[in-house]
Amino acid sequence: MAVTNFDEYRDVYVVADTIDDVVHPVTYELIGQARRIAKELGQLVQVMLLGENVQTEAEELVAHGADIVHVFESPLLKYYTTDGYTKVLTDFFEDHKPNILLIGATNNGRDLAPRMSGRMQNGVVADCTILTVDTEEGLVEWTRPALGGNILAEIISPNHRPQMGSVRPNVFKKPERIADSWGRIQLEQFDLKPEDIRTKRLDFIPFSKSGYNIQEADIIVAGGRGMGSKENFDKLYELADAIGGVVGATRPLVEKGWIELPYQVGQTGKTVSPKLYLAFGISGAIQHVSGISGADTIVAINNDPKAEIFQHANYGIVGDCMEVLNDMLAHLK
Amino acid sequence: MELLVCIKQVPDTSEIKLDPETNNLIRTGLPSIVNPDDMHALEAALAVKDQYEGSRVTVLSMGPPQAEAALRECLSLGADDAVLVTDRAFGGADTLATSYTIASAIRHIQRTMNRQFQIIFCGKQAIDGDTAQVGPQIAEELGMAQATYACELSVDQAAQKAVVKRQHENGYEIVEVPLPLLVTATAELNEPRQPGLWSSIYAKRYTISHITLRDMPHIDESRIGLTGSPTRVRKVYQPPLRGKVEMLSSIDEGAKKVLELAYHIKPEKFAHLLVPNDVPVVDSTEDEGVDVKDPVQRAASVESVVPSEAKVEEIKPNTFAAEAAKSADVSKGGDR
Repeated sequence: MAVTNFDEYRDVYVVADTIDDVVHPVTYELIGQARRIAKELGQLVQVMLLGENVQTEAEELVAHGADIVHVFESPLLKYYTTDGYTKVLTDFFEDHKPNILLIGATNNGRDLAPRMSGRMQNGVVADCTILTVDTEEGLVEWTRPALGGNILAEIISPNHRPQMGSVRPNVFKKPERIADSWGRIQLEQFDLKPEDIRTKRLDFIPFSKSGYNIQEADIIVAGGRGMGSKENFDKLYELADAIGGVVGATRPLVEKGWIELPYQVGQTGKTVSPKLYLAFGISGAIQHVSGISGADTIVAINNDPKAEIFQHANYGIVGDCMEVLNDMLAHLK
Repeated sequence: MELLVCIKQVPDTSEIKLDPETNNLIRTGLPSIVNPDDMHALEAALAVKDQYEGSRVTVLSMGPPQAEAALRECLSLGADDAVLVTDRAFGGADTLATSYTIASAIRHIQRTMNRQFQIIFCGKQAIDGDTAQVGPQIAEELGMAQATYACELSVDQAAQKAVVKRQHENGYEIVEVPLPLLVTATAELNEPRQPGLWSSIYAKRYTISHITLRDMPHIDESRIGLTGSPTRVRKVYQPPLRGKVEMLSSIDEGAKKVLELAYHIKPEKFAHLLVPNDVPVVDSTEDEGVDVKDPVQRAASVESVVPSEAKVEEIKPNTFAAEAAKSADVSKGGDR
């Protein structure tokens, strides 16, 4: 809400993202950023950890930079629910007033952040990729892509507290683990009844177990519409296997059903940061390109020398995707 | 059932191009469309209407008068009513102020037209802002349950419940939610229908009603428009481009470059292809690769080639790998 008593709002809070009581990697990335912001403002890093049985995870959060971890345990918090999380967190923030609040921009985080902002009547900036601090004003400058990644907007929340934003996973590095770092782990009492939660989880269907995490890959071999056919596209797996990479794709290919959703790269898919990104037959729509800006090296292969993708690549090869692919495979035999 | 769909008219961002001279965005002349995810929200509402006779689909948008075109498109697909929330005072709103304005308009419709909306449908996110925030914020303002990232939906009117399949990073969650409910739709939810002949004629003749600030006497003016927005855009800029691209002259040169880059990252994957250090590069069938004037090389090549065919096969030379192995800079990829 709009405030005048700015001094009452202190510290950088992180809401931990948990799946089945295991902390999602984005949480550590956020703690790393929270640490940096807190240092610039001379404040503490506090983490909100919700789950059924999560105390063991709290120690890990401390080892990665949390000063205080507030643990909220209940069978009702076994899974994320909009109602449960919003109530527990906003109730707590009535007494503990955060200056800054970071939430991972996972699907759950992006479900939660706006709901909380509605209840607390504060500003929230979605899916940020750059966080800077205006130390003079004590403001976080939240930078996020908009217009499908075509522009970056720097946004502040000058008169409302907490300053809140969701932060895109896999953009920031996970901080180092320091085994002997110390922090306080606090088991919190709270009020949450079954009837506070309107949604009921009936089932969870995980994506195929054999899958890989494209966000952790060093080399990604990605295909776009220019691959022509599923048969051609499937050949990318051969190259990926041979060079130690994994396969990704643009949105149209996921929509065609050539590959599952977890392997979609781009604005509406995953943001990736491999050392090497090979773009086969990818035109270079900004929605895709915005998901690969963290790659060290991008090589674009496209038969259209005017393709947009070449503007975003380090190396370009003009030629038929299959010819290039077969040439590479021949070298690897 | 009373069903409401919230839609947004957006510029078609997939049509945005860079000016090749200045590298600036060309933002003018973009076609206006109904936000793609909102089309899936509308289709979901129409599907519920098809299922439960006597249902009514109302479409609502907030925006300038031109947004009527987007509402008309929804009418031509089968929506029954369309309302535009429009006033200069609403301009410049961030997500919180927008959602408050829309929620206020929804309350106004419920009160004046005596409709209690049982399900509100929104698109997952708009392609211009990409925030995915207005839906959940409307739900919070109206005190409704929410189910975001919906990719399947079934509604049970008698039980006043819905079952929603929600998209997650690692799978699908199936949840049961009581009505009233706000759902945000993904593209996976359905395939939008085509406009019908009679509904197209209806859409052309329909008078879209406007809701302005004056129509909502209960609204808190400190929560609308730019002044009611807690967030401020400080600056907007284009993401920096990666340095100039190096175009590789031929397919084979390109293929070799890629493999060299990959080699530096995962050398272990190429170990079996590499020529061992103490063995010179030789061609597998002929000795053309050997500098015969160099006695050391010549001697070595004889030794390595002579013993058996199989061994020659095993150390089959590989030019890219050999070059890569020699390359001094082994840690970095290309220049940015």
